[in-house]
Amino acid sequence: MNQGIDLQGSFVQALIDLGIPAGSAKALWLPLPMVLMLIAATVSIFVVVWLERKISAAAQQRIGPEYAGPLGTLQAVADGMKLVFKEDIIPAKSDPLLFTLGPVIVVIPVLLSFLIVPFGQNLVITDIGVGIFLWIALSSIAPIGLLMAGYSSNNKYSLLGGLRAAAQSISYEIPMALAVLAVVMMSNSLSTIDIVQQQSGHGVIGWNIIRQPVGFLIFWIAALAECERLPFDLPEAEEELVAGYQTEYTGMKFGLFYVGSYVNLVLSALLVAILYLGGWDFPIPIEMLANWLGVSETTPWLQIIMASLGVMMTLFKAYLLVFIAILMRWTVPRVRIDQLLDFGWKFLLPVSLVNLLLTAGLKLALPFAFGG
Amino acid sequence: MNLAEGVQLVSLLLLSAMMLGAALGVVLLSNIVYSAFLLGGVFVSISGLYILLNAGFVAAAQVLIYVGAVNVLILFGIMLVNKQRDFTPIPNAWIGKLATGVVCLGLFALLGAMVLGTPWALSTEAAAGDAAIMLIGEHFFSDFLLPFELASILLLMALVGAIILARREFLPDEDLDQPADQVLTLPERPRELVSAGSTGNTADESGDR
Repeated sequence: MNQGIDLQGSFVQALIDLGIPAGSAKALWLPLPMVLMLIAATVSIFVVVWLERKISAAAQQRIGPEYAGPLGTLQAVADGMKLVFKEDIIPAKSDPLLFTLGPVIVVIPVLLSFLIVPFGQNLVITDIGVGIFLWIALSSIAPIGLLMAGYSSNNKYSLLGGLRAAAQSISYEIPMALAVLAVVMMSNSLSTIDIVQQQSGHGVIGWNIIRQPVGFLIFWIAALAECERLPFDLPEAEEELVAGYQTEYTGMKFGLFYVGSYVNLVLSALLVAILYLGGWDFPIPIEMLANWLGVSETTPWLQIIMASLGVMMTLFKAYLLVFIAILMRWTVPRVRIDQLLDFGWKFLLPVSLVNLLLTAGLKLALPFAFGG
Repeated sequence: MNLAEGVQLVSLLLLSAMMLGAALGVVLLSNIVYSAFLLGGVFVSISGLYILLNAGFVAAAQVLIYVGAVNVLILFGIMLVNKQRDFTPIPNAWIGKLATGVVCLGLFALLGAMVLGTPWALSTEAAAGDAAIMLIGEHFFSDFLLPFELASILLLMALVGAIILARREFLPDEDLDQPADQVLTLPERPRELVSAGSTGNTADESGDR
């Protein structure tokens, strides 16, 4: 496998050629991918909010937003501006410090998790060996923020909502981690890059969704539950809990929860795309096409096409999953809390354990297909 | 000192300060909820120190297990306990506090002397880094197999015990003999409790249905 385009190497080399010492050149490179990723996460919120509004409108035979920007694309910007200028109310007898810290702790791990999301061969902030495990660890911090928000609001609906959110997120983390473990077992690595590498090269038939259909379903269900999307949006079930842990929040603190939930949705969709849908891999192997056309893999223009196609494929797969999540929101009714916990502990957990066991057995029996 | 060393030194100092401050807060603050949240801060700082020691997997596991599981469970325990009760001031409490402080300082001095006095066999090898996962796995299934399995049996026992406590299939007899006014009630909405002696009528009614 060739290395493709090495942006970091070229950037640092260009700066060194300009007469800047190597250390400073690297230090100048460091913040760039991080800022880029923050911008990408922010833009992804706008896209998802627009999609959510438009698809919801279509599902209910409405038009949806249409005045803010062309086709209502700037509606999310308008919403965000409104939230920024809203009065920031801290309820009386609440705990102002924890009340402020809660949303922050919910959002930071989600944004940090973008560290390991690869959009292409070299388009990733860090390819660390811990990889996907880091995301599982980081996503386990969020319940603390939810509990903090629920507790500090001094409101029983908030407290119940926070406890529900934490219980839900802990329960669905285990099946999710076990589903990821089955994938990791097949690719012999926790690194997201290696996981995609192991799936690529054979087009659609190499993707993990073919080899791990059960794992894919478990992961997707658990991811929806972690994102508190319908049918699992119990923490903010409005008939029961007003708005759950968000009840007392206004202004940008509410905005942070909002941002966190949508970024989390995009992140989960990206990770499903990476773990099960082959990441940046094209459904038909491009190398094969290039060989048929007689173009060398190292041709610069082919590499640029492949890199941009990879980013587009990753985003396309992720947004396809977001689309499915939004459709599900208007298709599936909300489950009850006892059904939710029963489903998580009594169905998903045993099924994911069996899936793990089967994967291990198949890996031993058929090492060529299941990554021996 | 180059860039990497500078970043390492600054993060080491910051993480140590964070960890010590948060740990002192856990012990000294009287609000137990703050203590529990600060405990999360201690765990996160320790995981940062692991990252500085080039042990990424241990750092992630620290966050997953201690912050994501242990600390959340402690918080659950605190938040599901109903009553916000103020402690009644005990006369001469300062004697107890002083004794605790002396014992803690003594323990600190003892441990500090031990740490400084022991000739540590410091390894000069580079840290395993990303390969650490494989090494840990190999150790778990070779020379550390027994402790690993024993820990899993311990956890299983705790799991079974927790399920038995939570299911409450067997109720101790003395619960039924207690008069109704001594039964703990929720502060916001008192339950209509029927004492054990006067259940005759309701039992008959339910029998009719």
